[in-house]
Amino acid sequence: MPHMRRTRTLAALVAALSIALVAAGCGDDEESGAASTAAAGSGEKTKVGFIYVGPKDDFGYNQAAYEGSEAAAANLPDIELLQAESVPEDAGAERVMERMISQGAKVLFPTSYGYLKYAQAVAAKHPDVVVVHQGGLEAEPKQPNFGTYFGTVYEPVYLAGIAAGKATTSNKLGYIVAFPIPQTLANVNAFELGAKSVNPEATTTVVFTASWCDPGKQAQAATALISGGADVLTQHQDCTKTIIETAERAGASTVGYHYDASSLAPEGWLTGSEWSWGPMYTDIITAALDGTFEGSQYDGDYRVGLQTGDNPFVQSAFGPSVTDETKAAIETAKAGLAEKGIFTGPLTDQDGKEVVPAGTTLTYDEVEQMNFLVEGVVGNIPK
Amino acid sequence: MIEAILAGAVRGGSSILFAALGETVSEKAGVINLSTEGSMLVGALSAYAVAVETGNAWMGVLAGAAAGATLAALFAAMVVWRGANQLATGIVVLFLALGVTALLGRDYVGVGVEGFDRWAVPLLSDIPFVGTILFDQDPLTYLALLAAPAVWFLLNRTRPGLLVRAAGERGEVLFAAGHSPRLVRFSAVAFGGMLAGIGGAQLSIALALNWSENMVAGRGFVAVALVIFAGWNPIGALVGALFFGGVESLQLQLQAQGVSLPADLLNALPYLATLAVLVVLSRRRLHAAPEGLSRVFEISR
Repeated sequence: MPHMRRTRTLAALVAALSIALVAAGCGDDEESGAASTAAAGSGEKTKVGFIYVGPKDDFGYNQAAYEGSEAAAANLPDIELLQAESVPEDAGAERVMERMISQGAKVLFPTSYGYLKYAQAVAAKHPDVVVVHQGGLEAEPKQPNFGTYFGTVYEPVYLAGIAAGKATTSNKLGYIVAFPIPQTLANVNAFELGAKSVNPEATTTVVFTASWCDPGKQAQAATALISGGADVLTQHQDCTKTIIETAERAGASTVGYHYDASSLAPEGWLTGSEWSWGPMYTDIITAALDGTFEGSQYDGDYRVGLQTGDNPFVQSAFGPSVTDETKAAIETAKAGLAEKGIFTGPLTDQDGKEVVPAGTTLTYDEVEQMNFLVEGVVGNIPK
Repeated sequence: MIEAILAGAVRGGSSILFAALGETVSEKAGVINLSTEGSMLVGALSAYAVAVETGNAWMGVLAGAAAGATLAALFAAMVVWRGANQLATGIVVLFLALGVTALLGRDYVGVGVEGFDRWAVPLLSDIPFVGTILFDQDPLTYLALLAAPAVWFLLNRTRPGLLVRAAGERGEVLFAAGHSPRLVRFSAVAFGGMLAGIGGAQLSIALALNWSENMVAGRGFVAVALVIFAGWNPIGALVGALFFGGVESLQLQLQAQGVSLPADLLNALPYLATLAVLVVLSRRRLHAAPEGLSRVFEISR
């Protein structure tokens, strides 16, 4: 029957198209690495590989790392970058790293948390290659050519909290968070402590969305906070645009996270926190190429904040409404942070129970275990 | 606060309402389309991309509708003409949509869009309480609220609606009357996908004004569940979508008010509430199911 044949052909076409599309989706990850490596031809330069879990233009974590790599390359004219974006956190990451090594890479930067296991495996197989992992903690056995590094995210968040505490007139700040994990709780607490340091009346209300990026829910959460009286919003989410624009439309102020989104909120932008990886990447690559990596601060778990050095997580530019007085207060506080950590006792939690006794400061490691919200934060976490 | 919760219910429920209305039409014709979520996704991305490129949000809605219908037509072609298993095909088509939108949508992550603003209806929006809830919304939300009675009318008072219902209840009768049950089912599924595509557009260019990978985040599946909740009735779908949107809005408001309940529980509340209602209503609702749907679960024909 001709009709029968036609429908069968149609079905075959549809099936072929689907397979082609799926294949295109899968193949893309690996190709982007190969494509950009083919670009430069000079054999003289030392190759340095960067691997990202997301697209290099996500206005967030991955873009910041990508821009850091470009900054390092600008500082070190003798290196050539191998870039691979949207690499999944599975054995595929190991293959990408192996291929970069076969192309001559001497230093590798797997920049996402989930690459840790694969990065260590690659480092074990290639003792002549330095592998540094962003955000993880090195597991046993320790390897001389492997290290991890990260900044201190809550320090600029504390400084931004000062701007928020000064800007609010309702004394209600809103924080939209994905999940209650130590890193997000530390940020919320730092924000509230910063705000309270200049405005004892300021409280921070937390809304958890149970998703790192659900723009529909973000819009609803932002609206709920604003209708509840909050006039400054900030967030710990992967995609930041919706919340910033929702706040701007409602006439509320915004504190950003991950990248400088001041263009989205020309009126309400106060400040924010963003990564500036260039200097640290440059330093690590220099150590690796000079042969001084082994035994250096990067050979192990390197965590840096204002107390120990230059934090790669920095404060974003100020918006137009931030007064000189506020800027001065933030400068003073920043200088103070180099002396004394943010989580210095006496600190009490929401129930009024003392969580950090007077005279004690939480170390960077202890902050990574944080499981409480400080007094002045409105919101609930599982106990 | 109640005003804010209800206004949020309407705004947050409208994308789900579009999808649930679409799924109602599809299931009335005897086809369960589990890739409704996929139609919403391609709708959300197409609407966003076209709104960005043309600067016209309504062009975006048209593109979203077309994309949602196209994906549903792909699904329907395999299911209606080739007899592929509805449930398995629906899931596979959804994953296809997830992958394709993640890939093609990369260029639109973080790009600004001229979407829909809220538009207060003159006079009506001045009514206390009700005005804020119903008449100070985005244009697509008004469209969703109007679509519910329109789809009811279409299904129950028009000839195409009669054909759809006949295809879902007894395809043989339709065939005996000289119609093609397959063509009717195909059209109903594509029409349903079109509505789901508009629902996706509401999400990306009216509610969030943003595109991100997998941004529909399960709303399409909630819509499929609500169709049963609604007893295959478009007005019931309206109630269901507002109920789900309402519980979601309520839980976010409760968090914003600092009510002392764990956030994890509150985030699960919309799904728990929907499940509870489904379990309570299921016995009564099954009579309302189009007869053709029971055949979905038979092994072969």
